[in-house]
This record gives sequence, C-alpha cells and structure tokens, in this order.
Amino acid sequence: MSKFKKKKSGDLPAISTASLPDIVFMLLFFFMVATTMRDTTLMVKNELPFADQVEKLEKKDLVMYIYAGKPSERYQRQFGKEARVQLNDKFADVSEIKEFIISERESKREELQNLLTTSLKIDTETNMGIVADIKYELRKAEAYRVNYTTKKGSATQNMQ
Amino acid sequence: MAKRNAPEVNAGSMADIAFLLLIFFLVTTTIETDAGINSKLPPIEDIPEDPPPRKEKNIFIVLVNQNEELLVEEERMELGNLRQAAIDFLDNGGGDCNYCQGRRDPASSDNPLKAVISLQNDRETEYGAYIAVQNELVAAFNFLRNREANRLFGTSFVQMEKNFNDSEYRGSKDKLEEDIKTIRDMFPLNLSEAEPKERE
Repeated sequence: MSKFKKKKSGDLPAISTASLPDIVFMLLFFFMVATTMRDTTLMVKNELPFADQVEKLEKKDLVMYIYAGKPSERYQRQFGKEARVQLNDKFADVSEIKEFIISERESKREELQNLLTTSLKIDTETNMGIVADIKYELRKAEAYRVNYTTKKGSATQNMQ
Repeated sequence: MAKRNAPEVNAGSMADIAFLLLIFFLVTTTIETDAGINSKLPPIEDIPEDPPPRKEKNIFIVLVNQNEELLVEEERMELGNLRQAAIDFLDNGGGDCNYCQGRRDPASSDNPLKAVISLQNDRETEYGAYIAVQNELVAAFNFLRNREANRLFGTSFVQMEKNFNDSEYRGSKDKLEEDIKTIRDMFPLNLSEAEPKERE
C-alpha cells in the first residue's frame, strides 16, 4: 500500500463551458449593434466599384438611394439581362426617377429639402450609357448633389 | 415543515439559444457601405451659341473608351500615371500663379483657376472604369488642396473638411468655413463631363 495515491493519468479534466454563453452573447450584441437592416430588397446585381478618395455620407435620413445594375438571376427571365434601374422595391424606368426624387423631397421637412443627397449605387459592370441617363434625369429634377457610393480600396481594382 | 428549495434553473441550453440568435444576425447582417465620391452635377442650361473661348492649353482631355483604355491629351496612358499627369497640369502655373510649384511650362495651363479637366467616355464604358478615373482626378485635386492647406493653415484639407462635419469639433466653425473656401478657390474643382458619345 503506497502512502501516496497515484494520480489518475490520461484523463483530461472537463473544460468548463459555463462562460460559453457569455462569449456568445458578446458576439451576439456586437452583431445586433452593427446590423443595419436593409429597407429595400436588392433586385439587381450590386457589386460596387472601388475608390479611395471617399467621403462618408453623413445624416442617413437625407439620402436617397438609386440602384442600377443587371437584374439578379431570379429576375433575369422576366426582365432580361440588360442593366436596369431600381427605385425602392421595384424596377423602374429611367424616366420615373424625376417623379421619385420629387416625391422623396416632398416627404422631408422644408428646411432640409435642399440638403438631400442622392446616393448612386451602381454595379461596376454597368455601361456608362444608363449612368448618363440617370444623371440627366437627376439634373432635370434639380437634385445636383450626388454621391457615387463605392467600396474602399484601390481604384486600379476596377480596371481588371 | 418541509423545507422547499427553489429548483435551480438549468442554464445549459442558454448557449444554444444565444447561438441561434447569433447565427440569425450573422446571416442577416449586411454592413452597409455608406461612403463614396461626392460630386455636384451641373444644372441644365441652354448651350450658348458660341461658348466662351478657352485656350486649348487650359483644357486637359481625358477619354475613356469602351475597352477601358485611357487617352490623355491624345496619348495613351495607364491609370496609375493619371494622377501625376493631372497634378502636373493643374499645378503648372504657366501664367500668373504665385502658389503653383509646377514647371511653368507655357504650353500647359496658365493657372488652376483657368485649368479645366474634361472627362469624356463612351456609352459602352464600364462604370467601374469611370469611377477609377474620377477617383484619380479627385485625388489630384485633393493632393494639391492638402498641400496648400498644409502650407497656409498647418493641417490637411481633408482633415479640415472632416472637422467641419464633426459636431464635436471645438473651434470656430466660421473660421474653418472661410479657410476651406480659401483653399477651394485656389484649386476649384473644374471637372467637366461631356455627355457620353454613341459608338459609331
């Protein structure tokens, strides 16, 4: 009989998982705070180009969004592969932009109406033709402040 | 009397619930991009019969064709060189310009106030290429404005604008606005865009 009991070898002590919920909650709160729910469902391909001379869009409530690009795959049968404009939740014709801008403008308070910015979220592969048409419509609607929304990165990545 | 213990709640499944929520938020998260190149469109005006004459040397023409190739001042150029070329053109100061540091080449622009960059593209040009060119040209302006802001006010122009938009900035905003205007007047953003041409 030995006086000293041999320690059981080989058995790993169980790792306490009591703090696992804490870690998971921490991650959960991070994502809850960082999430901004999209208010429109994208119906077009929207791979934004890269740029590095960017300015941040302040005051989200004063921004109008115009999307353009090829229709997503599941809409392609219906709408074809040609690049299209999306306003709010549906495809629109370029000529509807003016109406859209005016109605957006009217929904804002009067003193803020000339501070509105239009954010153009346009897919990299879109042709400039439709972009020029959009810009012309914006000029007609007197919405001169635009922001070409981009991803942050080197502009040379666009040319590949 | 029987002593009753409150039964302990099993918290073992808490992690499962939290995971479930976590995965939901992970999947639905789209971290919104909210930055981009700001620009101002010109109002629609009737084109005057004969536009005010601008000297040929004060115009810097950048062409982007449908194959994403650049033609700058009638010479082919890579995108990487465009920024420096635009800086050289704007900062040339061939005429009267006391803050220009360029070569003072009489064949290039007189001063930044008269210099105009004209950007032309086809209807078939890709938007990405257009943004790349736009980005380089804005970078050229920012470079020159930063240089002047550093010289006059000891801070960069980009920082000045950032301070101006920052609601917690401590300092005189009126002064800042004036300084920003000074720099803007030194290098006005003379960027003209022609309507895209149809391919012939």
